[in-house]
Amino acid sequence: MSILVYVENTDGQFKKSAFEAVSYAKAIADQSGNHVIALSIGNVAEGQLNLLGKYGATKVLNVNTEQLKSFVNQAYTAIIVDAAKSIEASLIVLSNSFSGKGLAPRVAAKLNAALADGAIELPTGSGDNLQVKTGAFSGKAFAFVALTSPIKVISLNPNSFEIKESDIAATIENYDPSIDAADFSTIVKEIVRATDKISLPEAEIVVSAGRGLKGPENWAMIEELANVLGAATACSKPVSDAGWRPHSEHVGQTGIVVSPNLYIAIGISGAIQHLAGVSSSKTIVVINKDPEAPFFKVADYGIVGDAFEVVPKLITALKTYKGL
Amino acid sequence: MKILVCISNVPDTTSKITFTNDNTAFNNAGVQYIVNPYDEIALSKAIDLAEGGKGTVTVISVGDVTTDATIRKALATGADNAIRVNATPRDAWFVANQIANYAKENNFDLILTGRESIDYNGTQVGAFVASILNIPSVSISKKLTIEGNTATVEREIEGGKEVLTLNLPAVIGTAEGVAETKIPNMRGIMTARTKPLDIIEPIEVAQLSHIVKFETPDPRGVVTLVDAEDVEKLVSLLHEKAKVI
Repeated sequence: MSILVYVENTDGQFKKSAFEAVSYAKAIADQSGNHVIALSIGNVAEGQLNLLGKYGATKVLNVNTEQLKSFVNQAYTAIIVDAAKSIEASLIVLSNSFSGKGLAPRVAAKLNAALADGAIELPTGSGDNLQVKTGAFSGKAFAFVALTSPIKVISLNPNSFEIKESDIAATIENYDPSIDAADFSTIVKEIVRATDKISLPEAEIVVSAGRGLKGPENWAMIEELANVLGAATACSKPVSDAGWRPHSEHVGQTGIVVSPNLYIAIGISGAIQHLAGVSSSKTIVVINKDPEAPFFKVADYGIVGDAFEVVPKLITALKTYKGL
Repeated sequence: MKILVCISNVPDTTSKITFTNDNTAFNNAGVQYIVNPYDEIALSKAIDLAEGGKGTVTVISVGDVTTDATIRKALATGADNAIRVNATPRDAWFVANQIANYAKENNFDLILTGRESIDYNGTQVGAFVASILNIPSVSISKKLTIEGNTATVEREIEGGKEVLTLNLPAVIGTAEGVAETKIPNMRGIMTARTKPLDIIEPIEVAQLSHIVKFETPDPRGVVTLVDAEDVEKLVSLLHEKAKVI
């Protein structure tokens, strides 16, 4: 028996979330005496594939065809299911990314497997009763889901599990599954990626601003702060609703849920819908001129002050700290 | 075009979340239930697509009799008819099987769901339904247009967006940006009472998972306030104490 990890790449490069998924699978494998086999789909160079051994994969199945360069849900599902069957996987691990959210249920359904999506810790228990901790009620609770089927699927939230190095030299095997033409009925027309920006759901540091910034013209200092910290930028719902920032930056109940190591909220009051999107952040810093802002109640550190004065000073202080 | 919209009955966004029975069950005492906000986006989009006699909108929900009020709200917003599968929604797999079972016999061109429910936060039901019906799906869409038999979807990806086309029938999960959320008007509320709400019995589904218990997060400690004139202090706290920079 073994654990299959589907590792997602972006333009041929694995990101941190892929290594997190492999490390996570390796930690489970160590508990249960299994080994980890990674599955890569797309055009990924050998140097990248070798990295997967470093995080715990003993073998890498490499599906590399032009047709599969970009994500096609049904075709990718078919390949993962095919690989899971051929290695007799008892557990399939993947990232709870945008594509992962579409894949995980389809893979689980095809394998009659139980699914825990959005795992935030290592599972407990073993065999036919694996218990997985996931978020519930939009950040207001956690649920422990018991997976009781012979085959199980777990999708792992980004930034939830620390990467561990294992120092295994993985063998790389080209894998050539047969895929039904009908699985390619979905056609990718266009991919637009802002290459100079850090992806919000995976960011380790997020700098977020709200209506307190008064207008879109004042975002330069937010971007500069994010730049100094190597952070992604985000915003509150009123800001994206007003068109000051794109919807893709909206963090909260109906936007993106993030769990960075550091979330800096500037000029955001902290409505319950916003807090739902940030409450699993490890450290929260709030900068707001209103000392009564509800956000201070869930913050670790706070500064009561005018963002237009505090943020430029913070940028200067961080530059000094980083020797910039 | 025949459109099916899957509706989840969830606690109001501002509800206090507590549990009973030794933290194994959600405490619904005093909780207001609403149409899941993401499902409202799906419903609003369906109504737009069907407008002017171009189609019909059926809503489906899995729940007991207490779900009817939420379903009536969807009818008041503009759905034509509704189905309630008379069962307590055990998990996403159970719900998806009920929906797929109904959809199988009723040939919908398009099935819309919200991207997730705000109670269990899974993004499972839509893709499960699509998998059971063996049709394409997109779990989180930001824009959706339909032309003839083709759906064009913009979906979010890490650090950007992707535009894709898929053949109908398909299942699409909707997020912000797909449609402006509609609210019922007086006429809608009046007519909702007379629109058909059919109750069907559930099919058997194997149970693969269950929730063992719930936990609420530990409250964060009291905030450490730093003087606005001393931002260097914040930098050193983040470095030395929180160890996040």
